[in-house]
Parts: sequence; structure tokens; C-alpha cells
Amino acid sequence: MRAGIGTLPTTRAVVGIRVGRDACILNHMVQHSATHFNASFAALADATRRGVLDQLARGDASITDLADRFEMTLTGMKKHVGVLEVAGLVTTEKVGRVRTCRIGPCRLEEELEWIARYREVWDARFEALDGVIDELKRQEKARGRKKRK
Amino acid sequence: MAGRSESESRRTTVRKTSEREVVVTRTFDAPARLVFEAWSRPELFRKWWVPRSLGMTLRSCELDVRTGGSYRLVFGDDPANPMAFFGKYLEVVPDQRIVWTNEESGEPGSVTTVTFEERDGRTLLVMSELYPTKEALDAAGTGAQEALHETFGQLDELLAEPSAR
Repeated sequence: MRAGIGTLPTTRAVVGIRVGRDACILNHMVQHSATHFNASFAALADATRRGVLDQLARGDASITDLADRFEMTLTGMKKHVGVLEVAGLVTTEKVGRVRTCRIGPCRLEEELEWIARYREVWDARFEALDGVIDELKRQEKARGRKKRK
Repeated sequence: MAGRSESESRRTTVRKTSEREVVVTRTFDAPARLVFEAWSRPELFRKWWVPRSLGMTLRSCELDVRTGGSYRLVFGDDPANPMAFFGKYLEVVPDQRIVWTNEESGEPGSVTTVTFEERDGRTLLVMSELYPTKEALDAAGTGAQEALHETFGQLDELLAEPSAR
């Protein structure tokens, strides 16, 4: 019942993180690190971008969410996210008209990683909990219908 | 904007409020009594606490969800090497609040508090985990990493012997 993530390692999370790390290492080797290092360094040199990373470690967000939160224009935020994406610190995915940003494979800060992993476990649990609750709602509705008959 | 607030509500957020405390929030589209029910009935609890995507087996799940009651969860595929997690419910207020201890470490463990706040038929869940020290919180992270390696071991075995399962 411990809420700590120590109790429930996630296979999915593990694979994700490991693949991510290997990809980073590979990236470093292939590009002889210079290009990638510079990209990461540039990405983290900016306070807003560090803020965006911090935010995404706590939860995925759309470009619009991020722009609102950091009080800047969509165009401005798109640029920041673009820089983070090139550095492998953030990945984005467009579904319909919304571009969702999440923490990318090359996580540099242990603290962010800790929170991101913690969140991944709880996100998976809560998604399953949604299913259990939906089932309870259906049962309750069915009982209600029987009563009325 | 309605669509956005919907996606906002089902979002799990995690933040560290101090060196010793982590807070998780999530909104559920149901009244608090149903969310509480899913947390307090063992047969429902086990369905979501260990979702399939976590890749773990919950061998047994005993919950006596009332103030002073206790719980015990046993994990692991190997009966000879079970992992047990246990503690006591310090406070239970039906449909509103559950507070429990985490005692498996043998040292003073963390205390977890979950509150359910209903608003317009939806429920905001806030879960706080308070560790006795900063070191204990950091160690929870380290422990996770060790456990992750263990899972990797299990995964490797599984992949090596597909017929074993």
C-alpha cells in the first residue's frame, strides 16, 4: 500500500527509461557528443526552458498550456519547445490540433527523473482506477433502472 | 475550452512540496463515494493498484479500511521470494479521507494521506506522501531503481523462456 514508487517498478517505465538512456548514450557516441552536448547545454541555459522541463516532469502539457503558464505567445513557446526537442529533452506529438509535450529520452536531472517515474506509476494506476469507477457507475445506473421498474 | 479542461482534469500531477513530501493530484469523473469505494474494497482495489502495464503480480491483498485497521499486500511471481507491504490505517473518514502508514522498511516509514473532495459530481483526489526525512524520500527513489533492475531481471528471464509461463 506504500505509495512510493519503490514498491511498484513499472516494466513500461523501465523500458522507456532504459531505451531513452541507451539512445542518449548512442547519440553521444555517434555524434562524438559535441553537437548533442551543445544542444543540451543551449537548451538548459535558458530559465524558461528549465521551467518548461520542470513543468513537464510533473505532467504532460500542450504548447498552449505552457504558453499560458509562462505568460508568453504561442510562437515564443513553440521556439523554446523546439530547442528542447532538438536536444532530446522533450518529445512532442500532435493529435488533432493539439501538440502535447512530454519529457524526452535524454533526462539530465535526477530529481526530474524521480518525479517523472513517480508520476508514471500513478498515472497508470489512475487510468486503471477510471475503469473500475466507470464499472461502479454502470452498476449503480443498472440498479437505479431496476428500482424504477 | 471545454475539451481542454476535460483533459486537464484527468491529468495526474506530481510535485514535491518540501524535501520530505510529494503530492499527487487527479480528478475523477464520479462522486467521492464511488472513488472511496474503489480504494476501500479489496476486490476493486487490486484491479487498479497493480494495472497490467506495471507488469507485477499481486499475490494477495488484505485491507481493513477503518481507523486502526491494517493492510497487507504481497507481490511477486515467486512464492519463495514474496515482497510484502503493510501498515496501519491511522484515520479513515468514509468518502473523504484515508491516512495510512508504510511500515515494511522496518524503520519509521512514510505516512500517506489521500483526500477526496467532491465538486459538481466530480472528485478531486489529493494524495500526499510524507517521509520522516529527506534521506528517506531520496532513498525511496534509490529503492525504486534497485527494484527496477530486479524487474529487468524478471523480464530477461521471461524473454529467455517464453514457454515458462
